[in-house]
Amino acid sequence: MSVTVVEVNNLRKKYGEVTAVNGISFRIEEGEIFGFLGPNGAGKTTTINMLTGLARPTSGQIMIAGFDAVKAVKRAQRMMGVVADVSNLYEEMNGFDNLCFCAALYGMRKKEREQRARQLLDEFQLTGAGDRPFRAYSKGMRRKLTIAAALIHQPKILFLDEPTTGIDVASARQIRKMITDLKKQGTTVFLTTHYLEEAERICDRIAFLVKGKIVRTGTVADLMTNSGNEHRLELVLDRNISQQSEAEFKQRFPGLYLQNRGENTCRLVAPHRIALSPVLRYLEEQGLAVYEAREVRPSLEDVFVQITGIEATNSNPEKEGGQQ
Amino acid sequence: MKRWIAFWNILKKDIQNYYLKPPNISWGIIFPFAWTLMQLIRAPQSLEISHLLPGLMAMSILFGSTSMLAVTITFERRGRSFDRLLLAPISLTTMVLAKTCGAVLFGVLNAFFPVSLAAFLIDLTGTNWLLLSFGVLMIAVTATLLSLVIAVSVKEVFEAQTFSNFFRFPMLFLCGLFFPVSKLPVFLRPLAYSLPLTYGVDLLNRALTGRGMMSIGLNSAVLLGVAGLLLTLAERCIRRKWIL
Ligand SMILES: Nc1ncnc2c1ncn2[C@@H]1O[C@H](COP(=O)(O)OP(=O)(O)OP(=O)(O)O)[C@@H](O)[C@H]1O
Ligand SMILES: [Mg+2]
Repeated sequence: MSVTVVEVNNLRKKYGEVTAVNGISFRIEEGEIFGFLGPNGAGKTTTINMLTGLARPTSGQIMIAGFDAVKAVKRAQRMMGVVADVSNLYEEMNGFDNLCFCAALYGMRKKEREQRARQLLDEFQLTGAGDRPFRAYSKGMRRKLTIAAALIHQPKILFLDEPTTGIDVASARQIRKMITDLKKQGTTVFLTTHYLEEAERICDRIAFLVKGKIVRTGTVADLMTNSGNEHRLELVLDRNISQQSEAEFKQRFPGLYLQNRGENTCRLVAPHRIALSPVLRYLEEQGLAVYEAREVRPSLEDVFVQITGIEATNSNPEKEGGQQ
Repeated sequence: MKRWIAFWNILKKDIQNYYLKPPNISWGIIFPFAWTLMQLIRAPQSLEISHLLPGLMAMSILFGSTSMLAVTITFERRGRSFDRLLLAPISLTTMVLAKTCGAVLFGVLNAFFPVSLAAFLIDLTGTNWLLLSFGVLMIAVTATLLSLVIAVSVKEVFEAQTFSNFFRFPMLFLCGLFFPVSKLPVFLRPLAYSLPLTYGVDLLNRALTGRGMMSIGLNSAVLLGVAGLLLTLAERCIRRKWIL
């Protein structure tokens, strides 16, 4: 039987006239990686702030690990680790002292603190940097130490606000691996991200957040299969299909929609699976050689664009190229 | 127990990271120290020194504690590391006390610089040390809490400094250090009596010279009351402004 670790009901947050979060509800089960996906300003950070006690909800309920996180936030905070969207450790302190200090905030004793700090530095491959000040860390190292600091007291649930934004590929992979390892140990993870592939790769369930509202929730598989019933077939030919052949094709296969995509490829779209042989036979008749034919499954990005009507690639121009 | 571990480590970190750093040492310690030395050397007679001493002590405390807190809190707010304290499972009061305790200690230590210098020049055997320490502590506590309220209300370090001066200098001039309150123009007197420093300085005066304007009871009551009020106010400001 699964245990609910986070339960949110009709949560709302207004900043003056701006409604940042507009009545969202969701549950997270123990050991799950739950992803919050949405464009800039969707209300992801505001949601995390409310769940962790850094912002006060305008209305709604939050239960975390059985505690009312609105009324008894300090109880709930004992259970959680929080990684903010910026790496916010103490610049003048070294890595080791930073971790020990964070441990002390949770009441851990000196011996335990130092042991755990060493262990985490080791796990995050930062042992060599343990005695350097945080100020001197690279962006990837800063991110890793910030995550390590959130894990120091072995929280039941970890909140991560854009863990990999502005981080190079290798560090991002390392961080994702660490998140999936945590899941194996039974930690529940709530993360926000802009990266669809990231969510697709590591999240068990995803909620799409747009303008403060959850527009769709589900497992990655669910979201992909339920995104309309379209099937697509992509063909790579030896040259571009001519306009004349295209017109003829349409007459011969009225149930198939042909899209010429240039660069010797075309795409067939139909509301059912597409049988290959009639299509191949026709193309052969036209003297076109087919090098490749593959079924295109909708990506999470397609689903996202379809649901939100937002082109994912254009939704966050200022975040590209990495920010602090 | 857990609370004390958190409390002690917040305090220790602030002392190591901020209080013992050169700019703070120069502002908090060296400046009042130099000023004290100058005043003591200029004063030709021992009578004047014992009159000057409470003022010098008050000034050292004020500079020591107010300049510290403004820096530690506004810095950490801007770097967002302050969020860690709000996310920690400790009560807001514990956190506020840990953050202010360092500044109070610093102010108290500062107060004894002028005293130890003066000890070379005049006879301090008649001093009521218990009362003196209490007065010093209460001045430090009220000054620190006042600067906490300021730090909570502003965004930048320099704003905090500016606002602190806005309070610091009038307090110094009006609290009876340079002119006795009874000699101030009538329209300024209510202002003088509304400043906590006035009562603290009165305690110091009594401890050093045996004479004071108001009773020890009244002074203590006012100072404790103001401290309680400021603590509540600071916590309310933090809840309102920082937990958005
Ligand atoms: N402290 C605040 N005061 C006023 N408005 C705020 C505040 N914090 C957030 N908002 C507004 O609430 C909305 C949601 O912001 P939020 O930071 O939660 O978005 P986000 O999904 O985290 O975006 P991003 O991807 O850029 O991090 C925005 O319109 C923002 O302007
Ligand atoms: Mg955000």
